Amino acid sequence: MTWGKTIRFLLLLALAVTFLAPMAWMVSTSLKPLAETMTVPPRWIPSSLQWQNYPDAIRAMGYFWRYTGNSLLLCLLTVVGTLVSSTLAAYGFARLEWPGRNKLFSLCLATMMIPFPAIMVPIYGLFKNLGWIGSLKPLWIPTFFASAFHVFLLRQFFLSLPKDTAEAARIDGCNEWQILWHTVLPLAKPVLLVVAVFQFLATWNDFLGPLIYLTDQRTFTLALGLQSFQSQQGGTAWHHLMAASTLVILPVIVLFFLTQRTLIQGIATTGSKN
Amino acid sequence: MTSMDCRRLTTGLCFIAPWLVGFLALSLYPFLSSLYLSGCDYSVLAPAVWIGPENYTNLAQDPIFWKAAGNTVLFALVSVPLGLILSFLLALLLNADIPARGFFRTVFFLPSLMPLVCLAVLWLWLLNGDLGLVNACLRPFLGLGNHLFGASWAPPNWLQDPRFALAGLVLTGLWGVGHPMVIFLAGLQEVPRHLYESADIDGASAWQKLWHITLPTLSPVIYFNGIMALIGCFQVFAVPYVMTEGGDGPERSLLFLATYLYQHAFEYWNMGYACAIGLFLFCLILGLTWVASRLSSRHVHYEGA
Repeated sequence: MTWGKTIRFLLLLALAVTFLAPMAWMVSTSLKPLAETMTVPPRWIPSSLQWQNYPDAIRAMGYFWRYTGNSLLLCLLTVVGTLVSSTLAAYGFARLEWPGRNKLFSLCLATMMIPFPAIMVPIYGLFKNLGWIGSLKPLWIPTFFASAFHVFLLRQFFLSLPKDTAEAARIDGCNEWQILWHTVLPLAKPVLLVVAVFQFLATWNDFLGPLIYLTDQRTFTLALGLQSFQSQQGGTAWHHLMAASTLVILPVIVLFFLTQRTLIQGIATTGSKN
Repeated sequence: MTSMDCRRLTTGLCFIAPWLVGFLALSLYPFLSSLYLSGCDYSVLAPAVWIGPENYTNLAQDPIFWKAAGNTVLFALVSVPLGLILSFLLALLLNADIPARGFFRTVFFLPSLMPLVCLAVLWLWLLNGDLGLVNACLRPFLGLGNHLFGASWAPPNWLQDPRFALAGLVLTGLWGVGHPMVIFLAGLQEVPRHLYESADIDGASAWQKLWHITLPTLSPVIYFNGIMALIGCFQVFAVPYVMTEGGDGPERSLLFLATYLYQHAFEYWNMGYACAIGLFLFCLILGLTWVASRLSSRHVHYEGA
């Protein structure tokens, strides 16, 4: 290695240690006895590993398993919802020619500029009139009406696919649904996976939505449950809070390692070309 | 319109129907409704009553609102450039043939996936004045400084101190720069190699290559990341909400527009006022994006354009 490279490597190493430290600190705290969370200077390795903190934290959170079930159910429903609806819309915008298409697509992109807080009051009122407040419905039914961002991602991909197979199928008398199903979707698996992972993460991480729509503890998602646990604790039982946080992050980390390559490529494509 | 056009239109509309319904019911209607409600006295429990521009005149005279707006703008102005610089720097360092490159990329990227509530709870702990890791790392340096200069610096009590709370939040946000970093990294790999090669022949320094090749070629990506970060910062809500347990921090130092909007909408049921704040937020984002796109038309260089 040259000098330049060595310096670069050492700099990266220092930065990596800095970036890893918070995560390591979280796991370390989650395995400490309460007394050891309060030592100055802090110790990294607990004198004995308190695995018991995890079941204790789960019990202290009350409905931990219900929260997890709610979050997983919502993830499943929202992933299905956005895959079905956004794929259809993206196909309509990318592969069909019809009058007014481009105008409507610009409108679709423009909606991404509207911050959710700016429109959440009327949306809340709408769901209140429908009697959905307090249930999980406001958190998943909207995803069946397509997300502008996912439509944009899928459309980009559909545009890049060759048109000749679709033309051949059209000449053979296939209708558009069949063309989408048989010639486009089989090639679109990577981008569908990206959309699925994005949606899973968005649902798993969402806080503002559950905060305004959910009223009963038993319908809480894991993110909201963790927040309510944190505010009950008033910031004392850090070993339990860190154990609970670790549990909430764990599925995200697992998902990342399972889909790493696709996910990173997916994020990279969002930034390229306008 | 010919019958062919008509059939095409019907098929097209069939496919985009889910989006169209969603657009009408969950974007257009709420937007127009928000516009109307911002001129009303409205609490969701009773029908809205039109009161004209009163919400806006109250807003203009509301010191807490201006505090929230000031905090939001300050937070964005500090954290967007810092985030861009850090993520760009990480991407530059990673964009080379280096051992364990994949490992480094994962380490920098992972924190950006962290659920916001976890992020807030974790950093609340890291930034704890007495027991937190951040201060544990600062103490030796401050101690050295005190020794050398005879000063009496003590590590700040971050989130409990109105002078440092916002800085604590910026620090928390910087930990999540993995997302723009990945986008920068992809952009760096698309910079044509031959540009560097001809610069090498001309004897350009590394700094000159960065300034005259990398930055101009990457300007669309910088612009994209900047806009995305800006929009995100203006909507900041979950992390300060969790950190302050639904409050607004010492001397309202962690009160942001989205927090203030939430408080009026769902704590005081003062929803007309909340809609006015929402529209202010919308105009702010729109205005700044417009300014950014003006600037970009002068400085952003699109390949082949």
